[in-house]
Amino acid sequence: MLEKALTGSNKYWGWIAVLLAFMAAGALSYVQQYNYGLGMTGMSRDVSWGIYIAQFTFLVGVAASGVMVVLPYYLHNYKIFGKITILGEFLAVAAVSMCLLFIMADLGQPTRALNVLLHPTPGSILFWDMIVLNVYLFLNIFVGWVVLTAEKKEVAPPKWIKPFIYISIPWAVSIHTVTAFLYAGLPGRHFWLTAILAPRFLASAFAAGPALLILLCLIIKRVTKFDAGQEAIQKLVTIVTYAALINVFFILLEFFTSYYSNIPGHMHTLDYLFFGLHGHSQLVPWMRVSAIFGIVAIVMFLIPAARKREDTLAIACVLLFVSFWIDKGIGLVIGGFVPSPLEEITAYYPSFQEIMITLGIWATGFFILTVLFKIALSVKEEKMIS
Amino acid sequence: MDIKRRQFLKIAGLSTIAGLGAPAAFNLLLKGGPDTVSYASSGGEAEASHEAAPTGVRLGMVIDQRVFDANKGLAQKCTTACHTVHNVPNFGNKKDEIKWIFEVPFEKAFTGKSQYHKNKNLEDSSFLVLCNHCDNPPCVRACPTKATFKRKDGIVAMDYHRCIGCRFCMAACPYGMRSFNWRDPRPFIDQKTHNKEFPTRMRGVVEKCNFCVDRLARGQQPACVEACGNTGAMTFGDLNDSHSEIVKLLDNNFTIQRKPSLGTNPSVFYIV
Ligand code: SF4
Ligand code: SF4
Ligand code: SF4
Repeated sequence: MLEKALTGSNKYWGWIAVLLAFMAAGALSYVQQYNYGLGMTGMSRDVSWGIYIAQFTFLVGVAASGVMVVLPYYLHNYKIFGKITILGEFLAVAAVSMCLLFIMADLGQPTRALNVLLHPTPGSILFWDMIVLNVYLFLNIFVGWVVLTAEKKEVAPPKWIKPFIYISIPWAVSIHTVTAFLYAGLPGRHFWLTAILAPRFLASAFAAGPALLILLCLIIKRVTKFDAGQEAIQKLVTIVTYAALINVFFILLEFFTSYYSNIPGHMHTLDYLFFGLHGHSQLVPWMRVSAIFGIVAIVMFLIPAARKREDTLAIACVLLFVSFWIDKGIGLVIGGFVPSPLEEITAYYPSFQEIMITLGIWATGFFILTVLFKIALSVKEEKMIS
Repeated sequence: MDIKRRQFLKIAGLSTIAGLGAPAAFNLLLKGGPDTVSYASSGGEAEASHEAAPTGVRLGMVIDQRVFDANKGLAQKCTTACHTVHNVPNFGNKKDEIKWIFEVPFEKAFTGKSQYHKNKNLEDSSFLVLCNHCDNPPCVRACPTKATFKRKDGIVAMDYHRCIGCRFCMAACPYGMRSFNWRDPRPFIDQKTHNKEFPTRMRGVVEKCNFCVDRLARGQQPACVEACGNTGAMTFGDLNDSHSEIVKLLDNNFTIQRKPSLGTNPSVFYIV
């Protein structure tokens, strides 16, 4: 089936060329970083994780969100999603691949990465995260491929694939839960030390992921003959809306606990993120944009006229995706390091190379996504013609 | 100096036999009642502490701030001694900074301790902070490769050759005591004072105070303690040996630890 990725319109090849250019630029920057060390980035002793780990955290959510189309279809026999489950699975594949690349980009000694397996340490959450992510990657590639092959041959998927599908559903929840545990179990990092971090992660993931999927469906509708269908998209909108509302609710809960308890350690990071702390307000504009985008998007989802029109729906999805990307991809990870354990405030600005590497990895993700979607859609288009 | 020296030889010896597991009852007899130590060993145990006899050797340190306040410049001497002995590079900028032991004001060392009228003594006092060699170390729990591990004598040590540079331990240490080699440290080590007996590090790994584990093995005191001479500013020893000087200090003085509420059970104590 891979050959399907090798034939396409000029537009397809143009898009591939753009992605390859970004990947090459990212690779060049990575060579620089590899030779110099992580000092090439904006990270420091106090803010020791930056946008790499932030992207990783966000993308685990996107990966997990594939379950939002898989679950209704396979567990509730919700036929409408039958057409797009494969897209959800392949989106997960692309997202997990990016996660793994971001982890590699963030390692000080990437050539030793296998030490995690050579010296397994079950007490470390990072060890488990590696395992659940890799298994999830495998499950999605495997299930997606087997189901697609069956579809191509116009036969029902083999029965033995069912257990893998059923396992992949709780597994999706596990990857984001374990990722939340990376943060939520650290003493002395008050912003992360909250029991609702995992639920928060899942809620924002189940909003941002399907929002991206809606956008992808709308784009696919323009560039191919494949149409996910109004009903499927509107169902996704419902999922996005609920998840987004739950996420906002969770964030408000954090605000309540912090400010009503009035415990300084619990307020500091929120202060820093949303209002500025001791005159340091580097991230305040970002967080405010995130809040405004999030609210506007949710309002648009709630207005029937806005969510039914494709153009306004697309805008709402973009706003929501950006909002949650800022919230999790910038605020949560980078904000969590401020103030430092010695209550110092250190600003973090990603360097040029760091941004190029980040863009390069996103481009790689989109490359994987494009190729996989191309294959899946070619199979579907063939069927439509015949 | 003599007494100290003898004690050190004893510690070094004890460190090696601790692994053989001295009978717990014997150790219980030696111990002075329900202190933080017994609490620590019954609490959640970190990865490497499983095999440790709960009442075996636990090395620790007492920092007498009164002495440091009376001897301005002494703390700086300790820092220099440590950083020289361990080939800690000096990058001259905050972003790349690596430090094992350094001075901070009271409110940074002891966050969350409010004072309405600040004690005059604390005003221009600065406290030495270093790795606490926590009895229940979050950094060890976090490390995915056991590159950071807890020894049977309580020292939280590191294997620079195994560290993958994920910096999970830096996020996990609630004291900000770990540094990362953001770039090649070797050109930033002063060649005039380069200590050939201690390894230099490569870029991309984490490092921190190691309680001078290699000096102890040679029967020497930690470099910072040695730099204090016989001022008594820093005392190092076995917190589980009721005859040790450090236990006497703990028995006779009111001491505090950094962030004790987190349950990490720091092995560094301060007399303020
Ligand atoms: S002070 Fe930090 S680095 Fe040292 S043992 Fe405790 S947690 Fe680990
Ligand atoms: S940076 Fe090194 S020591 Fe720290 S957690 Fe990662 S592997 Fe362990
Ligand atoms: S005990 Fe040794 S390594 Fe630790 S601060 Fe003192 S001199 Fe440095």
